[in-house]
Amino acid sequence: MTWLFGNLPQVLSLAGSHLVQAVIPLVLAVVISVPLAQIARHNKTLAATFLSVGSVLYTVPSLALFVILPVVLGTRILDFTNVIVALTIYAVALLVRSTLDALNSVDDGIRQAAVAMGFRPLHRFLAVDLPLSLPVLFAGLRVISVSNISLVTVGALLGIPSLGFFFTDGLQRNFPTEIIVGIVGTLILAVLMDGVLVLLQRLLTPWLRTPRAPAAEVVRA
Amino acid sequence: MIGMTRYDSANPLTQGVEWLRDPANWQGDYGIPNRVVEHLAYSGLTLLIAVAIAVPVGLFVGHTGRGRVVVVSLAGLLRALPTLGVMTLFALLATSTLSLMPPIWALVLLAVPPLMTGTYAGIAAVDPETVDAARGVGMTEWQVLFRVEVPNALAVMLGGFRSAVLQVVATVAVVAYLGLGGLGRFIIDGLSVQDYGQVLGGAVVIAAVALVVDGVLALAQRRAISPGLQQLRHPPAGNAAREDLTAGARGGTP
Repeated sequence: MTWLFGNLPQVLSLAGSHLVQAVIPLVLAVVISVPLAQIARHNKTLAATFLSVGSVLYTVPSLALFVILPVVLGTRILDFTNVIVALTIYAVALLVRSTLDALNSVDDGIRQAAVAMGFRPLHRFLAVDLPLSLPVLFAGLRVISVSNISLVTVGALLGIPSLGFFFTDGLQRNFPTEIIVGIVGTLILAVLMDGVLVLLQRLLTPWLRTPRAPAAEVVRA
Repeated sequence: MIGMTRYDSANPLTQGVEWLRDPANWQGDYGIPNRVVEHLAYSGLTLLIAVAIAVPVGLFVGHTGRGRVVVVSLAGLLRALPTLGVMTLFALLATSTLSLMPPIWALVLLAVPPLMTGTYAGIAAVDPETVDAARGVGMTEWQVLFRVEVPNALAVMLGGFRSAVLQVVATVAVVAYLGLGGLGRFIIDGLSVQDYGQVLGGAVVIAAVALVVDGVLALAQRRAISPGLQQLRHPPAGNAAREDLTAGARGGTP
């Protein structure tokens, strides 16, 4: 505890850069995945291509990706960008699949009703298909958010600042307290992010605010 | 550590190719083949322990329905744990920093959630009528579990296994930081002497190993499913289980 309070400014600043590296990929992934999924929905070949490219990219270990990306992107090895791009790749690989599932699960009757009411394709997509897919989209985002928060710490092996710094530094200084602060800090960030996502989902899907959680949610928790 | 490759090019990408083509890197105790074997051995040991812990628990919870909340929240908590942190902590708390087991236990914590939730979700998603019918024809609970529930749940269970393997194979790269072997050595050693050819070459080898292992498992998964279930790719009850699996599958690939 003494160590924590003595080093609070450093803890907070590392937590800040940790959050930046975890949140930006989440936002980018939504912006990239939703259009990709919508395109894939109308083209079976493209859908298969996206999904298989996605699963191949997802398989590449993060430590490998973190060191390959600087060469591909021309960034420096210590650059945040490498982590952000790597995590965005993982997130898109995952989110395209769940967005596609979500869009496919929208009741065709609802879609036809929207068309009959005079919605144009883009308007219909934004006002009907997308909102109805939000629960699945958010389920995906919550999984990605937890894994992102944990993955960001791996960047510490290359010297990229995050709470992971406390793991490498604590090991070198033979100081378990520091590592525990890093682990607890990471867990807190994961819980915070999850809370924000749950809140955001509740705000965006007011029609789902029933007292009972949907069954799928219980299984996943 | 292996000797430095002499590069003709200054471009790191070309250096990576040169490093991979240098025959010296493909032989001896510190060569690529030996590191691949080490990497797979660590992964195998981790998975053996994790399966021994997670599968019985998953079977029990899936079959009896008891302790579901505990398992699901435990899996969620473990998933949020940063493996690198747990690994360094275990290594520090262990008597000798260079020993094998502390990092392995940290990896076990990583592999347990997808295995446990995959097993549990697979069993829980088996059509209750099928299970009732099995009881009705006089099967004992053990027979119900191993002759009906497990074969029906196998696709989901293997999916969980596959994602556990994927995460472990990816994360074993990190144990090199703690002085152990495996393919992460090339990245850690290469970085420490600024030999980017070695870093990149090593990264490519890790990615290739991960892809090959995943491909082999995907094939095995297809083979292992009972022919009677092959047409039922999307059983009605399977949807929730499948989503649960994706959730389990994507726990984090350090």
